[in-house]
Amino acid sequence: MSVAAKSVAITADTMIAMRGVNKWYGTYQVLTDINLAVRASEKIVLCGPSGSGKSTLIRCINALESYQKGEIVVDGVHLGSQGKAVDAVRREVGMVFQQFNLFPHMTVLENCTLAPIRSRGIPRPAAEETARRLLDRVKILNQADKYPAQLSGGQQQRAAIARALCMEPKVMLFDEPTSALDPEMVKEVLDTMIGLATDGMTMICVTHEMGFARQVADRVIFMAEGRIVEEAEPEIFFKAPQHERTKKFLGEILPHH
Amino acid sequence: MNYKFDFGPVIEGLPELLWGCAGTLGLALSGMVLALIIGIGGVLLRDSRLAPLRWLVIAFVEAIRNTPFLGQIYFVFFALPMVGIRLDPTLTAIIALGVNGGAYAIEIIRGGVQSINKGQVEAGLALGLSRTLIFRLIVLKPALRAIFPSLTSQFIMLTLTTSIASAISAYELTSVGQAIETNTFRSFEVYGVVTLLYLAMSWMLMQMFARINARFLLYPVK
Repeated sequence: MSVAAKSVAITADTMIAMRGVNKWYGTYQVLTDINLAVRASEKIVLCGPSGSGKSTLIRCINALESYQKGEIVVDGVHLGSQGKAVDAVRREVGMVFQQFNLFPHMTVLENCTLAPIRSRGIPRPAAEETARRLLDRVKILNQADKYPAQLSGGQQQRAAIARALCMEPKVMLFDEPTSALDPEMVKEVLDTMIGLATDGMTMICVTHEMGFARQVADRVIFMAEGRIVEEAEPEIFFKAPQHERTKKFLGEILPHH
Repeated sequence: MNYKFDFGPVIEGLPELLWGCAGTLGLALSGMVLALIIGIGGVLLRDSRLAPLRWLVIAFVEAIRNTPFLGQIYFVFFALPMVGIRLDPTLTAIIALGVNGGAYAIEIIRGGVQSINKGQVEAGLALGLSRTLIFRLIVLKPALRAIFPSLTSQFIMLTLTTSIASAISAYELTSVGQAIETNTFRSFEVYGVVTLLYLAMSWMLMQMFARINARFLLYPVK
Protein backbone atom coordinates (compact mmCIF):
# COMPACT_ATOMS: atom_id res chain seq x y z
CA MET A 1 0.00 0.00 0.00
CA SER A 2 2.74 2.40 0.88
CA VAL A 3 4.54 1.55 -2.37
CA ALA A 4 1.47 2.58 -4.32
CA ALA A 5 1.33 5.81 -2.39
CA LYS A 6 4.97 6.63 -3.06
CA SER A 7 4.51 6.44 -6.80
CA VAL A 8 1.22 8.41 -6.50
CA ALA A 9 -0.28 6.61 -9.40
CA ILE A 10 -3.73 7.91 -10.18
CA THR A 11 -6.19 5.11 -10.52
CA ALA A 12 -9.91 5.25 -11.01
CA ASP A 13 -10.58 5.26 -7.31
CA THR A 14 -8.01 7.91 -6.33
CA MET A 15 -9.80 10.63 -4.37
CA ILE A 16 -6.87 12.84 -3.45
CA ALA A 17 -3.46 13.01 -5.07
CA MET A 18 -0.63 15.26 -3.88
CA ARG A 19 2.50 15.31 -6.03
CA GLY A 20 5.71 17.03 -5.01
CA VAL A 21 3.90 19.60 -2.87
CA ASN A 22 6.20 22.17 -1.30
CA LYS A 23 5.25 25.12 0.85
CA TRP A 24 7.25 27.91 2.39
CA TYR A 25 6.43 30.66 4.87
CA GLY A 26 9.00 33.16 3.63
CA THR A 27 12.25 31.21 3.73
CA TYR A 28 10.96 28.63 6.21
CA GLN A 29 9.86 25.44 4.49
CA VAL A 30 6.79 23.91 6.13
CA LEU A 31 6.09 21.16 3.59
CA THR A 32 8.77 19.32 1.63
CA ASP A 33 8.06 17.04 -1.35
CA ILE A 34 4.73 15.73 -0.13
CA ASN A 35 3.53 12.79 -2.20
CA LEU A 36 0.31 11.19 -1.16
CA ALA A 37 -2.53 9.34 -2.83
CA VAL A 38 -5.76 8.62 -1.00
CA ARG A 39 -8.26 6.18 -2.44
CA ALA A 40 -12.00 6.59 -2.10
CA SER A 41 -13.18 5.24 1.27
CA GLU A 42 -9.64 5.14 2.59
CA LYS A 43 -9.03 6.33 6.15
CA ILE A 44 -5.73 8.03 6.83
CA VAL A 45 -4.47 9.08 10.21
CA LEU A 46 -1.83 11.77 10.10
CA CYS A 47 0.33 12.18 13.17
CA GLY A 48 3.57 13.80 14.15
CA PRO A 49 5.03 16.29 16.57
CA SER A 50 3.73 19.84 16.85
CA GLY A 51 4.93 21.94 13.93
CA SER A 52 5.52 18.94 11.68
CA GLY A 53 3.19 20.33 9.00
CA LYS A 54 0.33 17.86 9.37
CA SER A 55 -2.38 20.51 9.80
CA THR A 56 -0.85 22.55 6.99
CA LEU A 57 -0.96 19.48 4.75
CA ILE A 58 -4.67 18.86 5.16
CA ARG A 59 -5.42 22.59 4.93
CA CYS A 60 -3.77 22.56 1.49
CA ILE A 61 -6.27 19.96 0.33
CA ASN A 62 -9.19 22.41 0.58
CA ALA A 63 -7.09 25.46 -0.25
CA LEU A 64 -7.20 27.07 3.17
CA GLU A 65 -3.43 27.21 2.66
CA SER A 66 -1.64 27.90 -0.59
CA TYR A 67 1.45 26.03 -1.73
CA GLN A 68 4.25 27.18 -3.98
CA LYS A 69 5.25 24.01 -5.79
CA GLY A 70 3.63 20.75 -6.76
CA GLU A 71 0.15 19.64 -7.59
CA ILE A 72 -3.00 18.62 -5.74
CA VAL A 73 -5.89 16.86 -7.46
CA VAL A 74 -9.11 16.23 -5.57
CA ASP A 75 -11.69 13.97 -7.20
CA GLY A 76 -10.25 14.78 -10.61
CA VAL A 77 -10.21 18.55 -10.07
CA HIS A 78 -6.80 20.23 -10.23
CA LEU A 79 -6.57 22.65 -7.37
CA GLY A 80 -5.18 25.96 -8.54
CA SER A 81 -4.51 28.52 -5.86
CA GLN A 82 -7.67 30.48 -6.74
CA GLY A 83 -10.82 30.47 -8.77
CA LYS A 84 -13.62 28.12 -9.58
CA ALA A 85 -11.63 24.94 -8.97
CA VAL A 86 -11.22 25.96 -5.35
CA ASP A 87 -14.96 26.45 -4.87
CA ALA A 88 -15.68 23.12 -6.57
CA VAL A 89 -13.20 21.28 -4.35
CA ARG A 90 -14.40 22.96 -1.17
CA ARG A 91 -17.95 21.84 -1.83
CA GLU A 92 -16.75 18.22 -2.03
CA VAL A 93 -14.40 18.34 0.96
CA GLY A 94 -15.77 18.73 4.47
CA MET A 95 -13.57 20.02 7.25
CA VAL A 96 -13.77 19.73 11.01
CA PHE A 97 -11.63 22.11 13.04
CA GLN A 98 -9.95 21.80 16.41
CA GLN A 99 -11.90 24.80 17.71
CA PHE A 100 -15.22 23.69 16.12
CA ASN A 101 -15.71 27.11 14.46
CA LEU A 102 -19.47 26.93 14.68
CA PHE A 103 -21.20 30.21 13.88
CA PRO A 104 -22.21 31.58 17.30
CA HIS A 105 -25.13 33.70 16.08
CA MET A 106 -26.93 30.82 14.43
CA THR A 107 -28.70 27.84 15.91
CA VAL A 108 -27.21 24.40 15.35
CA LEU A 109 -29.79 23.80 12.62
CA GLU A 110 -28.99 27.13 10.94
CA ASN A 111 -25.28 26.28 11.10
CA CYS A 112 -26.09 23.09 9.23
CA THR A 113 -28.34 24.57 6.56
CA LEU A 114 -26.43 27.79 5.77
CA ALA A 115 -24.00 26.40 3.20
CA PRO A 116 -26.35 23.88 1.55
CA ILE A 117 -28.84 26.72 0.96
CA ARG A 118 -26.36 29.47 0.06
CA SER A 119 -23.62 27.54 -1.65
CA ARG A 120 -25.40 24.52 -3.14
CA GLY A 121 -28.74 26.23 -3.73
CA ILE A 122 -30.77 23.57 -1.98
CA PRO A 123 -34.29 24.73 -0.95
CA ARG A 124 -34.65 25.36 2.78
CA PRO A 125 -37.12 22.52 3.57
CA ALA A 126 -34.85 19.94 1.91
CA ALA A 127 -31.75 21.39 3.60
CA GLU A 128 -33.48 21.25 6.99
CA GLU A 129 -34.58 17.70 6.44
CA THR A 130 -31.01 16.65 5.62
CA ALA A 131 -29.69 18.61 8.59
CA ARG A 132 -32.11 16.94 11.00
CA ARG A 133 -31.23 13.52 9.66
CA LEU A 134 -27.51 14.18 10.15
CA LEU A 135 -27.98 15.80 13.57
CA ASP A 136 -29.84 12.66 14.53
CA ARG A 137 -26.96 10.58 13.24
CA VAL A 138 -24.48 12.45 15.48
CA LYS A 139 -27.07 12.15 18.28
CA ILE A 140 -27.81 15.83 18.90
CA LEU A 141 -31.11 16.28 17.09
CA ASN A 142 -32.62 17.47 20.37
CA GLN A 143 -30.10 20.37 20.37
CA ALA A 144 -31.04 21.57 16.86
CA ASP A 145 -32.60 24.83 18.01
CA LYS A 146 -29.93 25.75 20.53
CA TYR A 147 -27.03 28.11 19.96
CA PRO A 148 -23.47 26.77 19.97
CA ALA A 149 -22.65 28.45 23.29
CA GLN A 150 -25.43 26.42 24.93
CA LEU A 151 -23.79 23.12 23.99
CA SER A 152 -20.94 21.19 25.57
CA GLY A 153 -17.65 20.95 23.69
CA GLY A 154 -18.38 17.41 22.56
CA GLN A 155 -21.84 18.39 21.32
CA GLN A 156 -20.38 21.39 19.51
CA GLN A 157 -17.86 19.23 17.70
CA ARG A 158 -20.54 16.73 16.74
CA ALA A 159 -22.64 19.65 15.44
CA ALA A 160 -19.62 20.78 13.43
CA ILE A 161 -19.28 17.27 11.97
CA ALA A 162 -22.98 17.29 11.05
CA ARG A 163 -22.57 20.74 9.48
CA ALA A 164 -19.76 19.46 7.26
CA LEU A 165 -21.76 16.33 6.35
CA CYS A 166 -24.74 18.44 5.27
CA MET A 167 -22.74 19.45 2.19
CA GLU A 168 -22.62 15.73 1.34
CA PRO A 169 -18.86 15.77 0.92
CA LYS A 170 -16.84 13.01 -0.68
CA VAL A 171 -13.95 13.57 1.68
CA MET A 172 -13.80 14.63 5.33
CA LEU A 173 -10.74 16.32 6.80
CA PHE A 174 -10.34 16.36 10.57
CA ASP A 175 -7.83 18.80 12.05
CA GLU A 176 -7.19 17.61 15.62
CA PRO A 177 -10.93 17.28 16.29
CA THR A 178 -10.58 16.15 19.90
CA SER A 179 -7.63 18.27 21.04
CA ALA A 180 -9.75 21.10 22.43
CA LEU A 181 -12.16 18.80 24.27
CA ASP A 182 -12.36 17.86 27.90
CA PRO A 183 -11.26 14.22 28.29
CA GLU A 184 -14.73 12.89 29.03
CA MET A 185 -16.02 14.26 25.72
CA VAL A 186 -13.36 12.79 23.47
CA LYS A 187 -15.07 9.43 23.18
CA GLU A 188 -18.41 10.74 21.91
CA VAL A 189 -16.64 12.58 19.09
CA LEU A 190 -14.41 9.63 18.24
CA ASP A 191 -17.44 7.33 18.20
CA THR A 192 -19.09 9.67 15.71
CA MET A 193 -15.97 9.57 13.53
CA ILE A 194 -15.78 5.78 13.77
CA GLY A 195 -19.40 5.59 12.64
CA LEU A 196 -18.56 7.78 9.66
CA ALA A 197 -15.57 5.60 8.80
CA THR A 198 -17.71 2.48 8.99
CA ASP A 199 -20.12 4.04 6.49
CA GLY A 200 -17.28 4.33 3.98
CA MET A 201 -16.38 8.03 4.12
CA THR A 202 -12.95 8.97 2.77
CA MET A 203 -11.20 10.52 5.76
CA ILE A 204 -7.94 12.18 6.63
CA CYS A 205 -7.58 12.78 10.36
CA VAL A 206 -4.85 14.72 12.05
CA THR A 207 -5.01 13.27 15.53
CA HIS A 208 -2.97 11.85 18.35
CA GLU A 209 -5.73 9.43 19.32
CA MET A 210 -3.79 6.28 18.59
CA GLY A 211 -6.63 4.03 19.70
CA PHE A 212 -8.71 5.59 16.95
CA ALA A 213 -5.85 5.09 14.49
CA ARG A 214 -5.58 1.40 15.41
CA GLN A 215 -9.30 0.85 15.08
CA VAL A 216 -10.10 2.84 11.96
CA ALA A 217 -7.06 3.78 9.89
CA ASP A 218 -6.09 1.98 6.70
CA ARG A 219 -2.78 3.81 6.87
CA VAL A 220 -1.00 5.84 9.49
CA ILE A 221 1.28 8.55 8.19
CA PHE A 222 3.97 10.03 10.38
CA MET A 223 5.27 13.50 9.60
CA ALA A 224 8.20 15.41 11.00
CA GLU A 225 9.70 18.73 9.93
CA GLY A 226 7.40 19.06 6.96
CA ARG A 227 8.12 15.65 5.44
CA ILE A 228 6.31 12.35 5.36
CA VAL A 229 8.75 10.18 7.29
CA GLU A 230 6.90 6.93 7.41
CA GLU A 231 3.60 5.38 6.46
CA ALA A 232 2.22 1.96 7.13
CA GLU A 233 -0.86 0.02 8.12
CA PRO A 234 -1.54 0.64 11.80
CA GLU A 235 -0.57 -2.87 12.82
CA ILE A 236 2.90 -2.47 11.32
CA PHE A 237 3.20 1.21 12.19
CA PHE A 238 2.75 0.64 15.91
CA LYS A 239 4.52 -2.73 16.21
CA ALA A 240 7.47 -2.17 13.94
CA PRO A 241 8.16 1.48 13.19
CA GLN A 242 11.11 1.80 10.81
CA HIS A 243 12.53 5.23 11.54
CA GLU A 244 14.18 6.48 14.70
CA ARG A 245 12.09 9.64 14.57
CA THR A 246 8.90 7.56 14.53
CA LYS A 247 10.04 5.35 17.39
CA LYS A 248 10.89 8.39 19.48
CA PHE A 249 7.49 9.97 18.75
CA LEU A 250 5.57 6.79 19.57
CA GLY A 251 7.62 6.41 22.73
CA GLU A 252 6.52 9.87 23.79
CA ILE A 253 2.81 9.51 23.11
CA LEU A 254 2.10 5.85 23.87
CA PRO A 255 2.02 5.20 27.62
CA HIS A 256 3.13 1.55 27.52
CA HIS A 257 6.25 2.09 25.39
CA MET B 1 -29.66 88.23 40.10
CA ASN B 2 -32.38 90.49 38.80
CA TYR B 3 -33.28 88.18 35.92
CA LYS B 4 -36.95 87.40 35.96
CA PHE B 5 -37.73 84.00 34.48
CA ASP B 6 -40.49 84.00 31.94
CA PHE B 7 -41.26 80.71 30.30
CA GLY B 8 -44.31 82.13 28.51
CA PRO B 9 -42.64 82.55 25.11
CA VAL B 10 -41.12 79.09 25.31
CA ILE B 11 -44.43 77.48 26.15
CA GLU B 12 -45.99 79.41 23.32
CA GLY B 13 -43.25 78.21 21.01
CA LEU B 14 -43.39 74.61 22.21
CA PRO B 15 -45.24 73.24 19.17
CA GLU B 16 -42.59 74.83 16.98
CA LEU B 17 -39.84 73.40 19.14
CA LEU B 18 -41.36 69.95 18.87
CA TRP B 19 -41.46 70.30 15.08
CA GLY B 20 -37.80 71.24 15.41
CA CYS B 21 -37.25 68.00 17.29
CA ALA B 22 -38.90 66.13 14.44
CA GLY B 23 -36.52 67.88 12.04
CA THR B 24 -33.55 66.94 14.21
CA LEU B 25 -34.62 63.30 14.43
CA GLY B 26 -35.22 63.21 10.69
CA LEU B 27 -31.72 64.50 10.00
CA ALA B 28 -30.21 62.21 12.61
CA LEU B 29 -31.92 59.00 11.48
CA SER B 30 -31.26 59.68 7.80
CA GLY B 31 -27.65 60.50 8.65
CA MET B 32 -27.32 57.26 10.64
CA VAL B 33 -28.63 55.13 7.78
CA LEU B 34 -26.19 56.79 5.38
CA ALA B 35 -23.36 56.48 7.91
CA LEU B 36 -24.08 52.78 8.38
CA ILE B 37 -24.07 52.17 4.62
CA ILE B 38 -20.81 54.10 4.24
CA GLY B 39 -19.40 52.35 7.31
CA ILE B 40 -20.09 48.80 6.11
CA GLY B 41 -19.20 49.57 2.48
CA GLY B 42 -16.06 51.35 3.63
CA VAL B 43 -14.94 48.35 5.68
CA LEU B 44 -15.31 46.10 2.61
CA LEU B 45 -13.28 48.52 0.48
CA ARG B 46 -10.79 49.16 3.29
CA ASP B 47 -9.84 45.47 3.28
CA SER B 48 -10.17 45.04 -0.48
CA ARG B 49 -7.50 43.27 -2.49
CA LEU B 50 -7.05 46.37 -4.64
CA ALA B 51 -4.54 48.66 -2.97
CA PRO B 52 -5.88 51.92 -4.53
CA LEU B 53 -9.31 51.23 -3.02
CA ARG B 54 -7.72 50.72 0.40
CA TRP B 55 -5.78 53.97 0.06
CA LEU B 56 -8.93 55.80 -0.99
CA VAL B 57 -10.76 54.67 2.15
CA ILE B 58 -7.81 55.50 4.40
CA ALA B 59 -7.54 58.98 2.84
CA PHE B 60 -11.29 59.52 3.22
CA VAL B 61 -11.31 58.50 6.89
CA GLU B 62 -8.30 60.67 7.70
CA ALA B 63 -9.67 63.67 5.81
CA ILE B 64 -13.01 63.53 7.61
CA ARG B 65 -11.68 62.77 11.06
CA ASN B 66 -9.12 65.57 10.96
CA THR B 67 -11.34 68.42 9.79
CA PRO B 68 -14.17 70.19 11.62
CA PHE B 69 -17.75 69.24 10.88
CA LEU B 70 -18.72 72.89 10.36
CA GLY B 71 -16.09 73.12 7.60
CA GLN B 72 -17.45 69.93 6.01
CA ILE B 73 -21.04 71.11 5.99
CA TYR B 74 -19.99 74.52 4.60
CA PHE B 75 -18.05 72.73 1.92
CA VAL B 76 -21.10 70.79 0.78
CA PHE B 77 -23.37 73.82 1.04
CA PHE B 78 -21.20 76.65 -0.32
CA ALA B 79 -18.36 75.05 -2.27
CA LEU B 80 -20.15 72.31 -4.22
CA PRO B 81 -22.51 74.82 -5.97
CA MET B 82 -19.34 76.27 -7.57
CA VAL B 83 -19.03 73.02 -9.50
CA GLY B 84 -22.73 72.88 -10.22
CA ILE B 85 -23.95 70.70 -7.35
CA ARG B 86 -26.63 72.62 -5.49
CA LEU B 87 -28.43 70.95 -2.60
CA ASP B 88 -31.06 72.24 -0.19
CA PRO B 89 -30.07 72.65 3.47
CA THR B 90 -31.78 69.45 4.64
CA LEU B 91 -30.16 67.25 2.02
CA THR B 92 -26.84 69.00 2.62
CA ALA B 93 -27.09 68.29 6.33
CA ILE B 94 -27.98 64.61 5.78
CA ILE B 95 -25.07 64.11 3.39
CA ALA B 96 -22.59 65.91 5.64
CA LEU B 97 -23.80 63.99 8.72
CA GLY B 98 -23.79 60.66 6.90
CA VAL B 99 -20.35 61.16 5.40
CA ASN B 100 -18.90 62.40 8.69
CA GLY B 101 -20.54 59.64 10.74
CA GLY B 102 -19.60 57.11 8.06
CA ALA B 103 -15.89 57.85 8.43
CA TYR B 104 -16.06 57.14 12.15
CA ALA B 105 -18.31 54.13 11.58
CA ILE B 106 -15.72 52.60 9.21
CA GLU B 107 -13.12 52.59 11.96
CA ILE B 108 -15.56 51.29 14.58
CA ILE B 109 -17.03 48.51 12.44
CA ARG B 110 -13.58 47.53 11.19
CA GLY B 111 -12.54 46.99 14.79
CA GLY B 112 -15.50 44.64 15.18
CA VAL B 113 -14.65 42.72 12.02
CA GLN B 114 -11.06 42.32 13.17
CA SER B 115 -12.25 40.97 16.50
CA ILE B 116 -13.85 37.97 14.76
CA ASN B 117 -11.78 34.80 14.98
CA LYS B 118 -10.33 33.88 11.59
CA GLY B 119 -11.58 30.34 12.18
CA GLN B 120 -15.07 31.69 11.40
CA VAL B 121 -13.96 32.79 7.94
CA GLU B 122 -12.11 29.51 7.40
CA ALA B 123 -15.21 27.52 8.34
CA GLY B 124 -17.16 29.52 5.76
CA LEU B 125 -14.50 28.99 3.10
CA ALA B 126 -14.36 25.27 3.88
CA LEU B 127 -18.13 25.12 3.30
CA GLY B 128 -17.68 26.61 -0.16
CA LEU B 129 -19.14 30.04 0.64
CA SER B 130 -17.86 33.11 -1.21
CA ARG B 131 -15.99 35.91 0.60
CA THR B 132 -18.98 38.23 0.13
CA LEU B 133 -21.41 35.74 1.66
CA ILE B 134 -19.00 35.02 4.50
CA PHE B 135 -18.84 38.71 5.35
CA ARG B 136 -22.58 39.21 5.11
CA LEU B 137 -23.79 36.02 6.78
CA ILE B 138 -21.01 35.00 9.16
CA VAL B 139 -18.86 37.99 10.08
CA LEU B 140 -21.17 41.01 10.06
CA LYS B 141 -23.59 40.21 12.87
CA PRO B 142 -21.05 39.14 15.49
CA ALA B 143 -18.89 42.11 14.44
CA LEU B 144 -21.76 44.57 14.89
CA ARG B 145 -22.64 42.96 18.17
CA ALA B 146 -19.08 43.41 19.40
CA ILE B 147 -18.97 47.13 18.61
CA PHE B 148 -22.61 48.06 19.12
CA PRO B 149 -22.01 50.14 22.27
CA SER B 150 -19.37 52.20 20.43
CA LEU B 151 -21.60 52.57 17.41
CA THR B 152 -24.47 53.67 19.65
CA SER B 153 -22.46 56.46 21.22
CA GLN B 154 -21.17 57.50 17.80
CA PHE B 155 -24.76 57.77 16.56
CA ILE B 156 -25.84 59.74 19.63
CA MET B 157 -22.92 62.03 18.82
CA LEU B 158 -24.21 62.30 15.26
CA THR B 159 -27.64 63.26 16.60
CA LEU B 160 -26.20 66.08 18.69
CA THR B 161 -24.05 67.20 15.75
CA THR B 162 -27.26 67.93 13.77
CA SER B 163 -27.37 71.19 15.74
CA ILE B 164 -24.50 72.45 13.58
CA ALA B 165 -26.83 72.22 10.58
CA SER B 166 -28.41 75.40 12.00
CA ALA B 167 -25.42 77.16 10.45
CA ILE B 168 -26.88 76.53 7.00
CA SER B 169 -30.45 77.11 8.22
CA ALA B 170 -31.54 73.50 7.99
CA TYR B 171 -34.82 72.95 9.80
CA GLU B 172 -33.94 71.39 13.14
CA LEU B 173 -34.27 72.11 16.86
CA THR B 174 -31.39 74.57 17.31
CA SER B 175 -32.44 76.80 14.42
CA VAL B 176 -36.03 76.83 15.70
CA GLY B 177 -34.72 77.76 19.16
CA GLN B 178 -32.57 80.51 17.67
CA ALA B 179 -35.57 81.98 15.88
CA ILE B 180 -37.65 82.04 19.08
CA GLU B 181 -34.75 83.51 21.05
CA THR B 182 -34.22 86.24 18.45
CA ASN B 183 -37.86 87.28 18.71
CA THR B 184 -38.22 87.05 22.50
CA PHE B 185 -34.71 87.54 23.99
CA ARG B 186 -35.53 84.72 26.43
CA SER B 187 -32.09 83.09 25.99
CA PHE B 188 -31.98 81.13 29.24
CA GLU B 189 -35.48 79.75 28.95
CA VAL B 190 -35.25 78.91 25.26
CA TYR B 191 -31.83 77.27 25.30
CA GLY B 192 -32.59 75.58 28.62
CA VAL B 193 -35.63 73.90 27.11
CA VAL B 194 -33.77 73.17 23.86
CA THR B 195 -31.04 71.44 25.89
CA LEU B 196 -33.60 69.34 27.75
CA LEU B 197 -35.20 68.37 24.46
CA TYR B 198 -31.83 67.16 23.13
CA LEU B 199 -31.39 65.16 26.31
CA ALA B 200 -34.83 63.59 25.84
CA MET B 201 -34.09 62.71 22.23
CA SER B 202 -30.75 61.14 23.13
CA TRP B 203 -32.46 59.08 25.78
CA MET B 204 -35.13 57.98 23.30
CA LEU B 205 -32.53 56.96 20.75
CA MET B 206 -30.60 55.01 23.36
CA GLN B 207 -33.78 53.06 24.15
CA MET B 208 -34.23 52.46 20.44
CA PHE B 209 -30.66 51.14 20.08
CA ALA B 210 -31.08 48.90 23.09
CA ARG B 211 -34.17 47.41 21.44
CA ILE B 212 -32.40 46.94 18.12
CA ASN B 213 -29.58 45.23 19.99
CA ALA B 214 -31.92 42.90 21.84
CA ARG B 215 -34.01 42.14 18.77
CA PHE B 216 -31.34 41.64 16.13
CA LEU B 217 -27.92 41.23 17.68
CA LEU B 218 -28.25 39.25 20.88
CA TYR B 219 -27.51 35.54 20.94
CA PRO B 220 -26.13 33.32 23.71
CA VAL B 221 -22.38 33.48 24.26
CA LYS B 222 -20.24 31.77 26.84
